[in-house]
Amino acid sequence: MTSTESTRRAATRDLPDRPAVVEARGLTRDYAFGKEVVHALCGVTFDVPAGDYVAIVGPSGCGKSTLLNLLGAIDRPTRGSVVIDGTDVARMADREATSFRLHNIGFVFQRFYLMPTLSARENVELPMAEAGMSKADRQERARELLNYVGLAHRERHRPSELSGGEQQRVAIARALSNGPAILLADEPTGELDARTGAEIIALFGQLNRDGTTLIVVTHDEELASAARRKIHMRDGLIVDG
Amino acid sequence: MPFTLAWTSLRRHGTRTLLAMLGVAVAAAMLLDMVMMSTGMRESFRKLLLSRGFQIRLAPKGTLPFDTDATIENTSGIIRVLRQNPDLTTISAVLGGTIHIPRGDRVIASSALGLDPRVQGDYELLSGRDPLAPDEIAGNADFIKATGARVGDTLTVASGYDPQTREYSGARKLVLTGQVRFLYGAARQRAAAMRLATLQQMSPDKADDASLFMIRVREGVDVDSAYRSIKGKVFTVNVISTEFALDQVDERLRYFRQLAVILGSVSLFVGFLLVTTLVTVSVNERIGEIAVMRALGVSRAHVVQQIVLEGVAISLVGAFAGLLLGLVTGRYLNGILKSFPGLPEAIDFFLFQPRSAWTALGLLALSGIAAGVYPSFRAASLPIATTLREEAIA
Repeated sequence: MTSTESTRRAATRDLPDRPAVVEARGLTRDYAFGKEVVHALCGVTFDVPAGDYVAIVGPSGCGKSTLLNLLGAIDRPTRGSVVIDGTDVARMADREATSFRLHNIGFVFQRFYLMPTLSARENVELPMAEAGMSKADRQERARELLNYVGLAHRERHRPSELSGGEQQRVAIARALSNGPAILLADEPTGELDARTGAEIIALFGQLNRDGTTLIVVTHDEELASAARRKIHMRDGLIVDG
Repeated sequence: MPFTLAWTSLRRHGTRTLLAMLGVAVAAAMLLDMVMMSTGMRESFRKLLLSRGFQIRLAPKGTLPFDTDATIENTSGIIRVLRQNPDLTTISAVLGGTIHIPRGDRVIASSALGLDPRVQGDYELLSGRDPLAPDEIAGNADFIKATGARVGDTLTVASGYDPQTREYSGARKLVLTGQVRFLYGAARQRAAAMRLATLQQMSPDKADDASLFMIRVREGVDVDSAYRSIKGKVFTVNVISTEFALDQVDERLRYFRQLAVILGSVSLFVGFLLVTTLVTVSVNERIGEIAVMRALGVSRAHVVQQIVLEGVAISLVGAFAGLLLGLVTGRYLNGILKSFPGLPEAIDFFLFQPRSAWTALGLLALSGIAAGVYPSFRAASLPIATTLREEAIA
């Protein structure tokens, strides 16, 4: 099967009148390991309309995380383009891409990756401080966001004093701090037990209902089922979605 | 935020940071001591030479003051010539020699200076009065202690003593008038002062000799022109300006300075390596966090800034602690070296000068910045996606 043949364009079934906030066209990503070239993505095209909630699923090594990295402008495609909120991020210089990520993209990682030396509130403040927001404003917004994720009472606690679910909630608050166009999550329930995972799934549902565009990469069937639509991947290709 | 992150990162491994700061402090102390040593001796000697306002010295031809036992003959003739120059306000001739004082069954040997007590170019009076009369003598603490004499006591003082025959030559009765401190005296060196004429009379072969002339130039007069004038009129002596004397000191202390520069450079390099190692280890431990920060939109410049700040903070805190340590060790070492035989006790090997401290601090701050450069650029250049993937696998 060629990459062109395999490329599927994801339909925007229940949000037909919304503009696409993500437009991926012919995304290819090759990695060279010595003389061997691994094709992680083989020409992926799809759109995500604003306000959508997409789950990217598929077996390990099928290219889900690679796709997420390209959408998040932390990696560059070998070929193809990624337009986020009207801006092509695929060919941006590092400085532009960094600034773009800061203002337009929220990341949630499987292992939370909070700064261990900062409190929950300071972790949420970090992207806002980088964006140049005043201390008073960012503290107020960090408190609002922690309140939103149900952790207002834990703002002074360090990550080591929080449970896994609480840490992931702080990470979600951090991802939302600069009001991103999309929130990208890579296995956000992967490190959590079922009950805590369900809480995070509920929080994502709430976020989406409140207007946040979400793209999650997951093996978690419950999380994938909570999304508006699923994109199935295999061998670097979208096979359904 | 880079300040907060740098500070919290240093606190995260408090013991390790503290140990690194102590390591830098030791290197800084050594660096400061070496900077103090390389500049201090010259400055200390300059201050000593100018302490009594004498800008020119005359020594026997081809020698430095009290470098040998050689003397300048025809002292009175030279003084007459020098006094013709109105720009020379004070001309003090000094004769050095050895005296012997019998005390009970012992004979105390001591250095002696014949000089003009009104000028006090070589000593300062600590108690009593100057030996102004021909039969008077003043001694330093070691002299007084060795002889067991008290101010007002009369001592038999000889310029020569034959231990075989136990005979004295040039013996005179001199009254001890006071305790003095010799500016150029070595540690634990017994020394006494008397009038020049007294010592000359006690040493028949040196009746009109001097070991040294000390000359003050009138205020506002160019010392160089006075120096040239003396050189043009008195040919039997070595005319020495303060600058020339300092150059000679520099020449003789060259090995000390070279040692100081080498040890100082080694200290600086050790401090640099210490900070580089610590910051590199710290960055390696946080590589995932740094990749996440970059993914969240933290700029490379801020990552570099944060890591360089960590290096500079370790260096500066260590440097300030090192300054204190350096002053303490410098003082201790100075005490040891001041007792070096043959060197004036007033010479400081480790002379603290604000410039030395600023130089040491500046060098350490620069090394702190340099120490942070490599790990910070390494961190800022991380491929974000690859690093996150490797971290996840790890």
